[in-house]
Amino acid sequence: MPEEIYYDNSATTRTREEAAKLVYEMLTDCYGNPSSLHRKGFQAQKRLDTAREQVARSLGCQSSEIYFTSGGTDADNIAILGAARAQRRLGNRIVTTAFEHDAVLNTVKYLESEGWEIVRLTPDQNGQITAQQVLDAVDDKTVLVSMMAVNNEVGSILPVGQVSRLLRRKYPQLLIHCDAVQAYCKEPLRLGKTLDVDFLSVSGHKIYAPKGIGALYIKKGTRFRPVTFGGGQEKNVRPGTENISGACAMGLCAELLMKEQQENHERVTQIRDALLDGLTKLPDICINSPSDATPYILNFSALGVRSEIMLHFLEEQNIYVSSGSACAKGGASHVLSSMGLEHQRADSAIRLSFGRYNTLEEVPVFLSALQQGLERFRK
Amino acid sequence: MKEVILLKNGEIALKGLNRHAFEDRLIKNARRKLMPVGSFHFKKAQSTIYVEPDEDGYDLDEAVDRLQKVFGIAALTRACVVDKDFELIKTTAAAYLAEELENAATFKVEAKRSDKTFPLKSPEICAGVGEYLLEKFPHLTVDVHHPDVTVMVEVRDYAAYIHGSQIKGAGGIPVGSGGKAMLLISGGIDSPVAGYMMAKRGLEISAIHFVSPPYTSERAKQKVIDLAQKMCSYCGRIKMYIVPFTEIQEAIRDQCPEDLFTIIMRRYMMKIACRVARANECEALVTGESVGQVASQTIQAIACTDEACDMPVLRPVIGMDKDEIVIISRKIDTFETSILPYEDCCTVFTPKHPRTKPQLKFVKFAEDEMKQEELISRAIENIEELSISNS
Repeated sequence: MPEEIYYDNSATTRTREEAAKLVYEMLTDCYGNPSSLHRKGFQAQKRLDTAREQVARSLGCQSSEIYFTSGGTDADNIAILGAARAQRRLGNRIVTTAFEHDAVLNTVKYLESEGWEIVRLTPDQNGQITAQQVLDAVDDKTVLVSMMAVNNEVGSILPVGQVSRLLRRKYPQLLIHCDAVQAYCKEPLRLGKTLDVDFLSVSGHKIYAPKGIGALYIKKGTRFRPVTFGGGQEKNVRPGTENISGACAMGLCAELLMKEQQENHERVTQIRDALLDGLTKLPDICINSPSDATPYILNFSALGVRSEIMLHFLEEQNIYVSSGSACAKGGASHVLSSMGLEHQRADSAIRLSFGRYNTLEEVPVFLSALQQGLERFRK
Repeated sequence: MKEVILLKNGEIALKGLNRHAFEDRLIKNARRKLMPVGSFHFKKAQSTIYVEPDEDGYDLDEAVDRLQKVFGIAALTRACVVDKDFELIKTTAAAYLAEELENAATFKVEAKRSDKTFPLKSPEICAGVGEYLLEKFPHLTVDVHHPDVTVMVEVRDYAAYIHGSQIKGAGGIPVGSGGKAMLLISGGIDSPVAGYMMAKRGLEISAIHFVSPPYTSERAKQKVIDLAQKMCSYCGRIKMYIVPFTEIQEAIRDQCPEDLFTIIMRRYMMKIACRVARANECEALVTGESVGQVASQTIQAIACTDEACDMPVLRPVIGMDKDEIVIISRKIDTFETSILPYEDCCTVFTPKHPRTKPQLKFVKFAEDEMKQEELISRAIENIEELSISNS
């Protein structure tokens, strides 16, 4: 019997041992400021370069195109605001999807208040946006497209690569941003001809590094205006003394996880399939994730039981999941409602998200706990 | 310059033979409140309490801030202590109140002479000090009706005290001088305000809160603990009782007509609160109900809940509008916490159409079907007790 079942890996992950040790070493030993001229600073600089190299390799780009940030939200903000401001005189339209992460949605909402025109594409019932939809929405006045790689609540994989190739041909001036936080080191993500974007955001704590570190890829030569100002660190894209312990941990995690990528993907797929199998045998369960979604995320609704109640019930048995809806008081998830799910279904949604520590043994334990919950709350 | 804080006790001064009991309680509360600042010596004389720091260098601004939240103090002020020498009084007044007088246009001097052996009479003190100050601060004029600054000179038995304008205190009567009451606290805006208001009338507050895991979360419980902690700056320490309520709520859901859920739940809360109150020397319940606010707060519903209680139920916000309650909750700094959006047990299983005018006989009829005694005693057995303070 597992001690706890952590099915909330898309929210955050347990920092892996190797990374935690490295952080400790960096904090107590290699603690120099990379900007310092002395040896201590130079040592830190070298470690930071290595980390940058590791992250670059995991994405298939050059290390000079990687900028460390404080996380995914920071990267999204810098990319969107920086791109929009650099392109101001070319147009005033931004195309995105209605079910992006809040880091993107609220940034474009802010731009909307500054007079930008924002187009939010609505996904279909399967949480999918077609390349044609994007192409139809973009016009000559459009300066930025921001589209996530994998949706964080239902796990649908969006055709960002295809979109980028089609847009490039037709609108060479246009900038493309991709929030790849949920895809990073999990789904195939190679920058280059197949995925031709200008900005790509990733986060450290979703890949077993600590919170407070992330990275932004900016394609070489991309027009960009910085949004924060300071001492010139990260080539002025993200000034402020570097979080080197975080960056090194993230680099290490990216490298290790890329090696395990396939193995993890296969195991997580087995887990997902076993759960799916068990869930469909239970009465009145709707699966909200599309069948071709990433195996790392499985979203379902236990009709008739509010998400939060089920979540707290499972928590009593040391099972940690996420409610599909952001807040108990009425506010159903913007992702699920944008997919056109009826209120009752959005209100009872549960998101399971898996990681490298999950095992097949946990599946029957989870399913029987869920069944108990259903019996108790569906009276 | 030696400084003290003077506390003027308002309402307590009107008490008769038991006045000293109120004063002693006030001193006890004030002393506890000042503990983090340092140790102080308290002296009573007429309707004033003198708070003297035992050592120099205490943060008296902090002390005044803290004392402003102690009930039973009508007004307070920092004052300077000098020997009863008229020349000294004049120079000290000018030095001690220099900043206030610099920034004022008008002033007056008031004097009190309780030591009748002092050679000058009150009007002579006023005139003398006033003349001296006018000389020192030539920009000032005297205005005896609406002065910007009032300079007070009090000549008492052992020393003379000089101070400027007084600050308003929290008013009310000292917490604990009126006995103990049990507050039903939910996590909303109203109940902390109700607790504050009864503390102001001298009651020591204990609190009872009902939780229904997994319908309510750890965070909802923590929110109520945080609220109680904020109330502590006025109420002193609060004993808190957390009652597990899931079983009762599920039993109500399974056995009672839906439109009576809320009223029956309230009655259970009251019954449990009464028993816990009695077992812990509380003599009344306090709730944050306000007539007509929700279905369970119509007078018919209140009549039904009252019938379940065998002790007085105090409802200090009964006649107040929500916005009036909000003003107080902002003042006591509970508002921001109260509006955090966590589910509390009152909103679990809320019926679509609760009965707004429930009739007692139907309510009792439904309750009789339940194993009430068993449910109640099991809930009480599993109470979690917390002691909440904020220092």
